[in-house]
Amino acid sequence: MSGEQIEIQVIASIVAVACALPGVFLVLRRMAMMSDAISHAILLGIVLAFFAVGDISSPLLIIGAALSGVLTVSLVELVNKTGLVREDASIGLVFPLLFSIGVILISRYAYNIHIDIDAVLLGELAFAPFDRLYIHGRDLGPTSIYVMGVILLLNLAFILIFYKELKVATFDTGLAAALGFTPGLIHYGLMGLVSVTAVGAFNAVGSILVVALMIAPPAAAYLLTDRLPRMIILSALIGVLSAVSGFWAAILLDANIAGSMASVSGLVFLIVFLLAPGRGLAAIARRRTRQRREFAGRVLVIHLLNHEGTPEEARESEVGHIEETLRWKEGFAKNVVGYSVKIGMVLKENGRLRLTEKGREFAGRSVVEEFIA
Amino acid sequence: MFFDYTLRTIALGSAILGIVSGALGSYAVLRKQSLLGDAMSHAALPGIALAFLLTGSKMPLVLIVGAAAAGWVATLFIMSIVNTTRVKYDTALGMVLSVFFGFGLVLLTIIQKRPDATQAGLDKFLFGQAAALLERDVVTMGILGASAILVTMLLWKEFKLLSFDPDFASTLGFPVRMLDIILTTLIVIAIVLGLQTVGVVLMSAMIVAPAASARQWTDNLGVMIILSAFFGALAGISGALLSASVPRLPTGPTIVVCVSAIVIFSMLLAPRRGILWRFFRERRQRGRLRLEGILEDLYSLALEHKDPGHAHSLSVLRLMSAGKGGVEKSLEILSERGLVRAVSPGEWALTATGLEEAEKTISERSGKSDER
Repeated sequence: MSGEQIEIQVIASIVAVACALPGVFLVLRRMAMMSDAISHAILLGIVLAFFAVGDISSPLLIIGAALSGVLTVSLVELVNKTGLVREDASIGLVFPLLFSIGVILISRYAYNIHIDIDAVLLGELAFAPFDRLYIHGRDLGPTSIYVMGVILLLNLAFILIFYKELKVATFDTGLAAALGFTPGLIHYGLMGLVSVTAVGAFNAVGSILVVALMIAPPAAAYLLTDRLPRMIILSALIGVLSAVSGFWAAILLDANIAGSMASVSGLVFLIVFLLAPGRGLAAIARRRTRQRREFAGRVLVIHLLNHEGTPEEARESEVGHIEETLRWKEGFAKNVVGYSVKIGMVLKENGRLRLTEKGREFAGRSVVEEFIA
Repeated sequence: MFFDYTLRTIALGSAILGIVSGALGSYAVLRKQSLLGDAMSHAALPGIALAFLLTGSKMPLVLIVGAAAAGWVATLFIMSIVNTTRVKYDTALGMVLSVFFGFGLVLLTIIQKRPDATQAGLDKFLFGQAAALLERDVVTMGILGASAILVTMLLWKEFKLLSFDPDFASTLGFPVRMLDIILTTLIVIAIVLGLQTVGVVLMSAMIVAPAASARQWTDNLGVMIILSAFFGALAGISGALLSASVPRLPTGPTIVVCVSAIVIFSMLLAPRRGILWRFFRERRQRGRLRLEGILEDLYSLALEHKDPGHAHSLSVLRLMSAGKGGVEKSLEILSERGLVRAVSPGEWALTATGLEEAEKTISERSGKSDER
């Protein structure tokens, strides 16, 4: 691993954690699409600030961009308030316009300077180590590490200081307002953070991939835990995992690093979505199968109890006949019978089923429960 | 200028794009799926790249099929995430959008690094390039767009019901799920039609904006769709022509600015719903209420006296209107209408018609409150 590669991974990891922190609250507050809107709209802020300052590396650009992020949020709310369009439409109306104006301004008036539209969208992490910070001629490492580091600390500080307020405002807006927490302030604070983070990160990973890093890791973490602190930590970890393995995948494929990071973060979500304990698709499928088998077992013992001691008992307790009466497929019937025998509800004797004492009692109780229900 | 071959092709292509996305966007907006278009169009990028990687062809039809397939898979992902987990719609949307786009970038960079140079031009799908439209592209767009619109006309009643009351549709026995799938497919088609002209990043605006504008002017679905198609075409043509004739003006963003101008215009000026319209209506109503208030005040004062024509001083009327101001001006307007008269300077009384008018408004108002 060359020093450059290590630096890229460090930058990517810092970006991932910085994005995941506000991302958790975006996901919980159902405002994920706001990150999409903000990350597009900051382009206009950067361009306008650049025209005002004339220096592409000025920190004022970050402030300009952050302001335009907050402006986007207020514009969306303004359009919403007119009641003329629905909320999703107002997001979809505002940010394409701001972004378009930004793109047009760049290609008309700034085409020869270093705001490259492709870089805005796609980011070029591979170049990040070339922009280095020197103090008194000493090389202190890539500038991005410091910029993103400060943003990460800012996010961390905001979340730690306002943890209680954020939590209440996220899960119970009404209570937050009643307690005097001014949810509006928290809301705009969070939106400001998202804007600042997006500005800092877009240099490294591009505007659309900021969205991936803000949403995918928290979404995966959301499926893994019910506790907010755990969700925050898990999101950060998943973000770093996506960043580092995305980097190596990009090296392997010789492809865009940021795109690869986004793809890996999606892949991580997909794996969690399929395999998460309790909430993943596999767990859901397993639970359904188990429930179906349990229910079928219950039906089986009730059926046997029904015919116990009647003249039809001999016929009704034949496995083949049960299959037909209860309209079970052969494999399923075998599964249910096997399961019922295993848990000691029935006994199987030369093709016939007989209730055990336990089975009889369970069947009787089930019938009563069914009637009460 | 329409005799110029290139410009004619561009204008025609953009018009088709605007018509189709405007018409189908109406359904997306009405069904609260405005942002789904954003996800679908971003998700089209890996589809385009994969289609090229697999076939090595840059034929628009091949790429469109790839884009449509990817848009479809994205929609499927979003729906299954929302239906099976507690992850919310907006999260699923944002994630699928950005992850698919990221994957598309990976594929695009892989393609660009291949030794053969045939791949040039795939990146124009990011922001679109109207100037690169060829006649055969326009023909493809025309056929696809016409078929999409034909399907909406054939399934007019079904789609209408689906958009406004899906539960009712399913109780009537319509195959709601199937209809949903067909409508989503049509929207995917509308989106991929625009990818060459507007690009994946901004195509969502072409789905939302014309429909949102048209919604302001009408409450009728048919009128809305026609208006929306018209707005879409207008924005498409003007944006594409501007971008083709001014150097360094990217097509997609220019079209978006044009369509946004239509949105702003509609939201401000549309009759009944528009912001300016509402502002003037409110002001007119405030004025009318103030006049009625003064008339009533005079009337209630007159009731205290035997003579309805008894004059009352301005200062009393000012006190009664509780500092709302403009009393003198209102009195002048009323006297112009012959409802009040100045008995002496600063002393006002109801005229006979004014008395009638006051009785009428009061009885109308109490009639209304009785109804409640």
